[in-house]
Amino acid sequence: MRILALAGRRLAASLPTLLLILVGVFLLLQFAPGDTVDAMMAQMGGGDAATARQLRRFYGLDLSVPAQLGNYLWRLVRLDLGFSSIYGKPVATVIAERLPATILLMTAALSFAFFFGLVLGVVAARGVGRWPDTLISTLGLVFYATPSFWFGLMAIVVFSIYLQWLPAGGLEDITTAGTGIWRTIDIARHLVLPTLTLGLIFLAIYLRIMRASMLEVLNLDFVRTARSKGLDETRVVVRHVLRNALLPMVTLIGLQAGTMLGGSVVVESVFSLPGLGRLAYESVIQRDLNTLLGIVFVSALLVIAVNFVVDLVYARLDPRITTGT
Amino acid sequence: MDARRLEMNRRTLLAMSSAMAASVLFPERMFAQEAPRRGGVFTVHFGAEQRQLNPSLQASTGVYIVGGKIQEPLVDLDAKGQPVGVLAESWEGSADGKTITFRLRRGVTWHDGKPFTAADVQFTAMEMWKKILNYGSTLQLFLTAVDTPDAHTAIFRYERPMPLALLLRALPDLGYVSPRHLYETGDIRQNPHNLAPVGTGPFRFVQYERGQHIIADRNPNYWRPNAPYLDRIVWRVVTDRAAAAAQLEAGQIHYSPFSGITISDMARLAKDKRFIVSTKGNEGNARTNTLEFNFRRKELSDVRVRRAIAHAINVPFFIENFLGDFARLGTGPIPSVSTDFYPSDNGPQYPYDKAKAAQLLDEAGFKVGAGGIRFSVRLLPAPWGEDVSLWATFVQQALSEVGIRVEIVRNDGAGFLKQVYADHAFDLATGWHQYRNDPAVSTTVWYRSGQPPGAPWTNQWGWTDPTIDKIIDDAATELDPVRRKALYAAFVQRANSELPIWTPIEQLFVTTITAKARNHSNTPRWGSSTWHDLWLAE
Repeated sequence: MRILALAGRRLAASLPTLLLILVGVFLLLQFAPGDTVDAMMAQMGGGDAATARQLRRFYGLDLSVPAQLGNYLWRLVRLDLGFSSIYGKPVATVIAERLPATILLMTAALSFAFFFGLVLGVVAARGVGRWPDTLISTLGLVFYATPSFWFGLMAIVVFSIYLQWLPAGGLEDITTAGTGIWRTIDIARHLVLPTLTLGLIFLAIYLRIMRASMLEVLNLDFVRTARSKGLDETRVVVRHVLRNALLPMVTLIGLQAGTMLGGSVVVESVFSLPGLGRLAYESVIQRDLNTLLGIVFVSALLVIAVNFVVDLVYARLDPRITTGT
Repeated sequence: MDARRLEMNRRTLLAMSSAMAASVLFPERMFAQEAPRRGGVFTVHFGAEQRQLNPSLQASTGVYIVGGKIQEPLVDLDAKGQPVGVLAESWEGSADGKTITFRLRRGVTWHDGKPFTAADVQFTAMEMWKKILNYGSTLQLFLTAVDTPDAHTAIFRYERPMPLALLLRALPDLGYVSPRHLYETGDIRQNPHNLAPVGTGPFRFVQYERGQHIIADRNPNYWRPNAPYLDRIVWRVVTDRAAAAAQLEAGQIHYSPFSGITISDMARLAKDKRFIVSTKGNEGNARTNTLEFNFRRKELSDVRVRRAIAHAINVPFFIENFLGDFARLGTGPIPSVSTDFYPSDNGPQYPYDKAKAAQLLDEAGFKVGAGGIRFSVRLLPAPWGEDVSLWATFVQQALSEVGIRVEIVRNDGAGFLKQVYADHAFDLATGWHQYRNDPAVSTTVWYRSGQPPGAPWTNQWGWTDPTIDKIIDDAATELDPVRRKALYAAFVQRANSELPIWTPIEQLFVTTITAKARNHSNTPRWGSSTWHDLWLAE
């Protein structure tokens, strides 16, 4: 019951933010020169002025800006995301088609980064100042400083072109259509490189955070108590330190789930994956307002949802944080 | 910079560039003895997804590369660039030029089994080419009716004379036929078949996964005997150019059309035996790089300033160092690959001559002022192709040497078209002019006055010239091919002397294709053609 109340409060507090974001994006795109018909002309390689006029009427661009915004918000209230001008189908369908690939990639990359970030962070903290720590920290710095598109392209050069172990791009191999388990394996093979590319940067951040927070907790009084009780080092680390050191990691996941949804344009482009990042980028270039606002809306909802889950996890990890206050 | 290279002798350079052109045009070994192999999947790089795939409704290479295998035009161009019948078998024009009759191919069926008839041609011409198709609506402006006395004859009736040669050069791009029975009810623009096209071509549409791929399979009932050879074509959506090159190397893509990968990757793969990198097969898609002047700026409305700007820029140096073998010096709005219209005399040219540029600017009254600057201009480069971006930077540096300060303002596609062709918010603009086999299709609109604001790639310069308007109007309805060619020569000379836009560089698109492909690049618009004879060797 308390969880439901919290959820309700959270949602109520998010609504004004959501409205502000949507209106803001709408107005920002009005400032960009050109509309979706100009973008279409650019793609077609020309057309006469009468055609352009017809198309503007077709896309509802002959209305005033407030009228367009009003129409959009009114549709949104009725949970209708509108019609995509570049895809010629409802925005909800367009987004639904792209969601699986995005979520698959994000979950894989985040899990990879979280797991290895945690392990490497712990190892580094245990061996602080000695060679494992130096090695791991240096690697982290390298991963963090490398631009992801370069990482992606180099991974393709090494693993796809030179060694020919993994495919260079795409979500699955369509020239040899597989079914069932073979298709799953095929998709997994296609996701290895993008996951590594996207995950490595986040891995670097996680391992730094984990290392720092381990070091902090290791110096606290209760750890000394645990050690003086005669517990062995593994038990101390796993049962006492890790749980407390995890809090900042969980915060970070909550924050980054949002950025990862929108931030993978580069990885999606390099690996030709049909994700939401590329869709958003394309809608900006093509001035497809409905699709862009739809993506913003869905992403905002996801971020709100993830943050809600993070709040719940906090309460599990540290009983002092209650869901009540 | 190396002064010797900068001041390179023009003749040496011309000799060099023609040698380069020859090596680019005929790079292939001969495969005369091989027997065609049946089967196989051909994968194609699809760089920019379109809003629809029906070439009767949108004339662009991005549509032809897919829709051109599924739907077919009335005529196409053969290996020599001459019109050859596809869905039309023969044609004739009346003496007054107002009637053109097409005899249509018999025994052709749509992919859904219905027969192809003159009613399809009539419907497509009147409802699609005339009303919706870009450039088609201009070409068919004076088309009044298409009569169908029988199922295999279509008679096009025009209000004003239509040169047969013009129509035949335009139809390969603007003459794709759609099935009437699937389009006659409802809004054509929203017809679901626009994204799942039904045609008469050698491949039938199977599936389109947005953001991923398009699949078309062999049409077993295709009207050409024993064609096609391939089992399947897969278009892979790859938006990143570097990634596309990587997929070519990894064998995931066989063919990247229309300069789809970066110039440096083309140069690299050209040395790789597994690939053929060439401009061959793209002669029907010639383009010139432009420098467009806004006459609303008083400095640029002076022809001496425009000529000075052209003289101030070392185009051969730019081509040699940035574009390599795939470009040559432009001579005017009609590119040299246009065998039918390229004039023997292009009128005045503007070779690199900084002193002359400075002298012309002085004469025009724009003396060097404070800080060595005569005046400042805003240059808007179009976002298509890295060559445009490089060229803009080169222009900026070259003009600074003669005292013109250039500020580069970058936009994306929609922004560029709006700012240049609708709002006229530019001083200089640079992009591509696409030549479509006849100057009347998409070239003369760059020069003819009276274009409504907002029509992209038209005369929006604030420049009106009754002389060129008259030449353009006369040529558009001139039925005699010889007189028509002479009129277009006069057009080029006038364009080059008044210089409302400058066309310094001529380019063909570059094809990158696997060396296993056979019968490829064998027509001037091969990337757009049906690929009925394409096959893959083991």
